Order: sequence, then structure tokens, then C-alpha cells
Amino acid sequence: MNDTSTLKPGHIQGETGIWEMVIGLEIHAQISSKSKLFSGASASFGSEANRNVSLVDAAMPGMLPVINEFCVEQAVKTGLALNAKINNVSVFDRKNYFYADLPQGYQISQFTKPIVGEGEIIVDLNDGEQTIIGIERIHLEQDAGKSLHDKHPTKSYIDLNRTGVALMEIVSKPDIRSPQEAGAYVKKIRSILRYIGACDGNMEEGSLRADCNVSVRKSGEEFGTRCEIKNLNSIRFIIQAIQSEAERQVDILEEGGIIDQETRLFDTSTGETRSMRSKEDAHDYRYFPDPDLLPLEFTDSWVQNIREKLPELPDSLKKRLVKDFGITSYDASILVEEKDYVDFYQQVANGRDGKLTANWMITELFGALKKDNLSFSESPITSENFGELISLISNGTISGKIAKEVFSEMMKSKKSPSKIVKEKGLEQVSDDTEILKLIDQVISNNQDRVNEYLSGKDKLFGFFVGQVMKLSQGKANPGVVNKLLKEKLK
Amino acid sequence: MSNKDTIVDAPTVNKIARLSRLDIPEVNKENLTNDLNNILGFVAQLDEVDTSNVEPLASVTGHKLPLRNDDVNDGNIEDLVLKNAPEKSSGFFVVPKVIE
Repeated sequence: MNDTSTLKPGHIQGETGIWEMVIGLEIHAQISSKSKLFSGASASFGSEANRNVSLVDAAMPGMLPVINEFCVEQAVKTGLALNAKINNVSVFDRKNYFYADLPQGYQISQFTKPIVGEGEIIVDLNDGEQTIIGIERIHLEQDAGKSLHDKHPTKSYIDLNRTGVALMEIVSKPDIRSPQEAGAYVKKIRSILRYIGACDGNMEEGSLRADCNVSVRKSGEEFGTRCEIKNLNSIRFIIQAIQSEAERQVDILEEGGIIDQETRLFDTSTGETRSMRSKEDAHDYRYFPDPDLLPLEFTDSWVQNIREKLPELPDSLKKRLVKDFGITSYDASILVEEKDYVDFYQQVANGRDGKLTANWMITELFGALKKDNLSFSESPITSENFGELISLISNGTISGKIAKEVFSEMMKSKKSPSKIVKEKGLEQVSDDTEILKLIDQVISNNQDRVNEYLSGKDKLFGFFVGQVMKLSQGKANPGVVNKLLKEKLK
Repeated sequence: MSNKDTIVDAPTVNKIARLSRLDIPEVNKENLTNDLNNILGFVAQLDEVDTSNVEPLASVTGHKLPLRNDDVNDGNIEDLVLKNAPEKSSGFFVVPKVIE
């Protein structure tokens, strides 16, 4: 048997050799608009059934769609953020299919002329490596309604509130080579969308979901036949589904079978994919330009205006954090993952020790939030209080060890660190006379060891430091203790 | 109409009838196939025009697509929306069960 422990992510060891995965993603991102793409009904989530439906959304005869300028702007903004070509002329097409939650009988989408063309993004992998993933296109389209199948034994209930809500479909090139890369790609797209405010990126509520195209091949061979796994709404599921689908394909190919190009669903309870539509029902969407809509056109200066308003994006922000605050590139990449993190970090680190801030934020704050199962926005610690804590450490008021105690109290009580330090009497003692008193006490209690030390057993020095610290209940300044002990024990 | 080459045959008619969920009586199928071939043959005359250097046309008016502001000014009319529904319940449309 071959040794599988050295397999790279995205590689599968088969009987006939190593297989490599080829993956492309279609990300559906709900645009953060107030109203729908082609109607003035609300795009908000969680209303009463059919409350947010206009006669346009319900596809009543004679109704005409009028496009939402904000949605067009968000697609252009996203294209600019992904270094992509902006198409000043694009066309809306009808994608025809029958389904109960699609009253028009077609989805308005963009087929031959999307609003955004080719681009690329840099994706950060776990090992600190980076890879570039190509973007094929971004187009605007309508979301469908919602069918509820569990309200009645023989009937389906239809709610059209989602019908017509604006989506962007971001299509990658088949450049992704492992489930981990796919996860990192989605994370990066989500982060960029949140920075520019085009989409809230909330995968639990479905505002960001992905379809994954997966095939396998032997290294250097042509692409194999692909299968599409629909509607994955978490990064963990994306990673699991791709891995399991690729393994399924390898099993079939190694037994001499062929892969049917088909749409599959990921079953989260079994961790496997299963076929979704039978092949004889293969869809022919009969795309054609929507006669209700003229081509969408805008000028270079309109695009330029949007470009000038783009906020600083994660990649350039990361470089700036490394330069301005002297933190590592790895720490910076964690901090820029979410706009909330980096805003918080900058508020705290400005005028303070940037490295210390990064360490405390990533290790202590993120660690404590994870332990308490809290999101960053639910954090009980404000940037003011966190900054105060960093200052107390930097100026020697408290030691790093005491700071951890103060920090866990901050997590519990939301009190300011200076208040906690005062209430508990935790100030670091740096005063020479006070510390000398402690040192004298330790020396007189341990005369034997002092003699041993003086006769050459240097290693005992650490023991004396420890005893003094213990006697001070951790409050003595370790630097001062070291200095004074050395003088005293000469 | 001329006897153009057959564009659709009987199996194709069966297939699109099924995809369209149309139940077409067997006796009508031959006529329908002929009709479809006549219609498609008529339209196929357009193939004689050389369009290799012509951009596909999405509009003939020369107007630009008007844009609207992102304002919520419609909706809250569920009674109207549901008015013609053959069956409804607690604000939902109710249809025969559709599960793929």
C-alpha cells in the first residue's frame, strides 16, 4: 500500500494512482438593498407570508420591472473589488423553468452579457501560502420564492417574499484544487463583500450560498466530467461535500464506470451527496433577452465614481497593518478577515503597542469569545476597555499574568480594567523599598539556599524570583524583582 | 409551405410534451408534428440571412434602461396578491405538493 499520510489536500489516493480535484464555485450573494431588484417591495427577511410582494413580483399581467440602481452599483463595486472587467453594456435574459415558487415562469438573469467579466482574487491558505483564483463573471439575477412542504400532507405552501430579491452570482474559474482552498475562497469573497457592504454574508440566513462544481482527474490530464452540488450554506459543508463527492467519483472511475454530469444535493446528516434530478428531465432554460428590459448601460465616469468610494480592501489593509504596527503577516491576515476585527484593532492599537494589542486580541479575546460561544459583535468588551487594559500592561501598572485575571473579570462583569484593578488591589508593585522588603523576607526564610547559590549554584536564582513573586501575590514587577535580587545576592 | 427537411420528429414531440407537462392524445401527434415542422421551417428561412458580423439585438428603441432609487414603496398588499389564488391558507398560496 502507498503511504497516504503525505497526500496533499485535494489529492485522493486510489488503487490506480493519485487523483486530483478540479473545483469551481458559483456563489449566490444576496445584495444588501432595501427593496427588490425590479420592484419596490421590501427585501427584508422574516416578514409575514406574502407581505413583501408587489404585483410585479407576483407576475400579474401587464406589470413591468424597473431596475434598482443601488443593486447595479453593488455589482459594479464587487467587480471592482475583485479586479474584474466592468461591462458598460449588459443584457438581462429570461431563464425559463416551471416551479411553483416562480410565478413569472422564468428568472430574470444575465446569460450572454453579464455586468462583470473576468477578474481574480488572492486567497490566503491556512499554511500562510497564497493562491490566485480566477473569477469568470458576476451577474445580477432574481431570487425565487419559498416552498414549504411540511405544512400539509399533500400540499405545498408558497411564500413569495423572497421572489425578486436581488442576487449576485459570482462564478469562479475551475482554478480551485482542494476543499480547503474552496473554503478559503468563500471566506475571502465573504470578507470582501462585507467590507464593501454589498452583502451581509450571513450564511445561516442564506444571504450567501454556494454551488460547487467538482470533477477529478489524474495530474496533467484533461478535466473530467463534473457534478454540481447545489445550495451549500456553510463553509464546513462546502469542504465536506467536495471531499465526499470527489471520493465518490474516484470510486466510480476506478471501477471502470463513467461520471454522469448531474446536479446533486449534500445530505448533512450522512455527509454524502445524492442525485437531485433525473437526467431525462435535464433542463433546457431557453434563455433569451427579456423584452421588458432594455440593455443596462452606464458610463466610465459613473464607474469611476464608484471606484473612488471603495473602502480600503483586506489585501492592502493587511500590508498597511504590517507596516504601521509591526505585526506579523499571519496576525494581520487574521485581523483583516472581518471588517469588525480590523476596525476594533485599529481603534485599540492607535497610539499603543500594536504587537501587544494583536497578541491579546487574537489569543485572549478571540479565545475567550470562542470558549463562551459568542460572536465578535456580542463581545462584552468594548474597544475603550480593551485599549485601557493594553495601556495598563504597557505602562507597568499590571503584569501580564495579572492582566489575564483582569481580562477574565472584564468578560464577566463588563467593568473597566482600571476599576477592576483598583477594587481588587491588583496594581503591580514596582517600588524598590516595597520589593526589597519582600526580598529580605525570602532571603531570611531560605538561608540554606542562599548559601548554596552563593557557592555557585546559579540555577537557584529562578527559585528566589518565584518566591518573591509568590509573596507579592503576583503583583511585584518581575523586572524590578530581577534587578534588585541580583544586586542583593552579589 | 415547402417540404423542408424534418426539424422535429415524433420522439422529440413526445419529449417536449412531457417537459411541458402537456398530455397530447396519440391521434393528434402526427398533425402536431407536421404543424411544428411547418412553423419551424417557415422561421428557418431566417437562416438564409448572413448574421456572422451582426451583434445580437436586445432592443430596437435606442433608449437606455431607466433606473429607480432603492426605496421600499410597494408590497403590503397580500390580499390583492392572493385574490385570484384557487387555494390559500394563512397568507400562503396552496398548491399540489411539489418535491423534487
